[in-house]
Amino acid sequence: MNMQTGKTLSVAETALCDAYDQAIGELPGDGAVLAARDVLISDFKEAGLPTRRVEAWHYTDLKALLRAVPAFDPAASADRIEPLVEGASVLSVVNGVADKRASADGVTVTRFADALLDGTAAAGLVARDADDTIGRLNGAFVRDGFVLDIPAGTELTTPVEIQTTQNAGQTHTRFPATFGAQSKATVIERHVSTGENAAFVTTVSDITLSDGAEITWIIFQAQGGADTHLGQIRITLGTDAKLRLYVINAGGKLVRQEIHVVVSGEGSDLVLRGINLLGGETHNDVTFTVGHNVPNTTSTEVIRNVIFDRARGVFQGQIRVAPDAQKTDAKMSCNTLLLSDEADFSAKPELEIFADDVQCGHGATVIDIDHTQLYYLMARGIPENKARAMLVNAFVAEIVEELEDEPLVEALEGVIADWLEKHA
Amino acid sequence: MLEIKNLHARIAEDGTEIIRGLNLTVKAGEVAAIMGPNGSGKSTLSYILSGREDYEVTEGDILYNGESILELDPAERASKGIFLAFQYPVEIPGVATMQFLKVAMNEQRKARGEGELTTPDFMRRVKEAAAELKIAPEMLRRPLNVGFSGGEKKRAEILQMSLLEPKLCVLDETDSGLDIDALKIVADGVNALRSPDRAVIVITHYQRLLDYIVPDTVHVLYKGQVIKSGDKTLAHELEANGYADIIGAAA
Repeated sequence: MNMQTGKTLSVAETALCDAYDQAIGELPGDGAVLAARDVLISDFKEAGLPTRRVEAWHYTDLKALLRAVPAFDPAASADRIEPLVEGASVLSVVNGVADKRASADGVTVTRFADALLDGTAAAGLVARDADDTIGRLNGAFVRDGFVLDIPAGTELTTPVEIQTTQNAGQTHTRFPATFGAQSKATVIERHVSTGENAAFVTTVSDITLSDGAEITWIIFQAQGGADTHLGQIRITLGTDAKLRLYVINAGGKLVRQEIHVVVSGEGSDLVLRGINLLGGETHNDVTFTVGHNVPNTTSTEVIRNVIFDRARGVFQGQIRVAPDAQKTDAKMSCNTLLLSDEADFSAKPELEIFADDVQCGHGATVIDIDHTQLYYLMARGIPENKARAMLVNAFVAEIVEELEDEPLVEALEGVIADWLEKHA
Repeated sequence: MLEIKNLHARIAEDGTEIIRGLNLTVKAGEVAAIMGPNGSGKSTLSYILSGREDYEVTEGDILYNGESILELDPAERASKGIFLAFQYPVEIPGVATMQFLKVAMNEQRKARGEGELTTPDFMRRVKEAAAELKIAPEMLRRPLNVGFSGGEKKRAEILQMSLLEPKLCVLDETDSGLDIDALKIVADGVNALRSPDRAVIVITHYQRLLDYIVPDTVHVLYKGQVIKSGDKTLAHELEANGYADIIGAAA
């Protein structure tokens, strides 16, 4: 496909267009999928990467920040890794290719490549809106992933870990998951780089909670210091559904994690907890939208950021309450521990409320280490660096402990402590 | 053990002088009570001994076992055996009490060149010390000082003191906010630590605590100076007559 637009393309935009031309012959899909991909890439060529002039990307000027995109690298070789929580069923994707033998008790697992080949995935290969660069790029390039179907009434006793590992090139994955009525499960979506080379990763999860489902979904991102990670999770909540969504970022050079929630069932509850551990030159953007569309629903969002060095963090949180979504209770807060004068954080809360009988609020704070707490720990003989690390850890551990699932809490506290030890 | 010589100190932020030429000597094995009206500098003295950065020493010296500690940070002082039981123990959400105790004990051991405690050994020590102070195991499962009542906080301070086995214990108004039963428990905890190689400084407003922790010496602090020293009868005198006579005599 030739580039015939009048605009000047950036190096990264050109690389993405070239990658599509080179990869399209290899990417799985029937005619409908191919047509959907072509629409998405031509829309991308038309729109290009978003700049700060696009409202949704104001704090993450992707065109300026994404300097280069590595080509697909068929020779890349990563390994699957041990699951975060011992005993979890691992659904592994290595260098963008899903494990053919992957399975998890109680879950119907199919490879996303098969859904592309038989065309059932075609309907999902659409952008959410005109500014949905992640949906667009992922839909054009997606090669594999898993489709999870958890039947009604299923209660999973061990977590399922969706694991993507790569060490170079490009990886584009998708994970549609349907949780049947009254099902209970914990899913860990974990993205890890196992090498030093720059990788370009996009991933889209699309999850639906049927009536009364109670699900914990953890996104844990630990890409390498040269990697770009563009993630998106699309969520639909049914009647009385309860979702605890944890988003933990602890890696990557350029990261955008989007969370889009449609609350369409009365009595449903969303708990979003975000932990962003940022160091080095990382640019990390968490963008969240929730639409409360029916009456009597609740959501709470707590984002905790720890920022070292010259890292930059962004949180955009938008709560929309539809005109008939009375009795909505939504509370959002974003707290940042800024540990360097050169670090930076931007928070943009937005409330759009069209109903009159609701409780909605938001708050944002930026703090430093509490000196009284630091003094108290030191007065017990704990050296300053260790005392600081304990306090930084405490700032995020509070959030993790809310999970009240001991193996999971221990595993997450472990990776957080490891990260802090390397960066503090 | 402790020798404070002509100490002058001020609040670092605004330069207000609080300690104005304070002299005090406390020997090993001694229990010294420091009394004085509000604003006389009692709590400030305890903070300065522990190394709190908010205060600046402008003159004089503090010798601990013959060496100046002014250049040491709070953690270094603690690992040398100086312990302050806080008047207002600090709440630290997200730090589990047990984890805190373990880190503190092991860091002090490390600083003294001793090996880390094994987990069973650590658990045993905490269990025993907590039982002595009637501290419920549930309390130790909570984050440090978070949601503790006033009395629980004070008992937790004494628990830390008995686990860390300091050489110089400074108790800053440990009796405030305690009912009589809790006061006895805390006093028993302190008395259990009395030994010939350990000194205790008890800072208090009231004689009441000194009925249970009987001091060897009593010092009256006023406007940042020790204006009168004596034995335990001085505390009774203060209880009966108030500070006015002594302050008047010193002025």
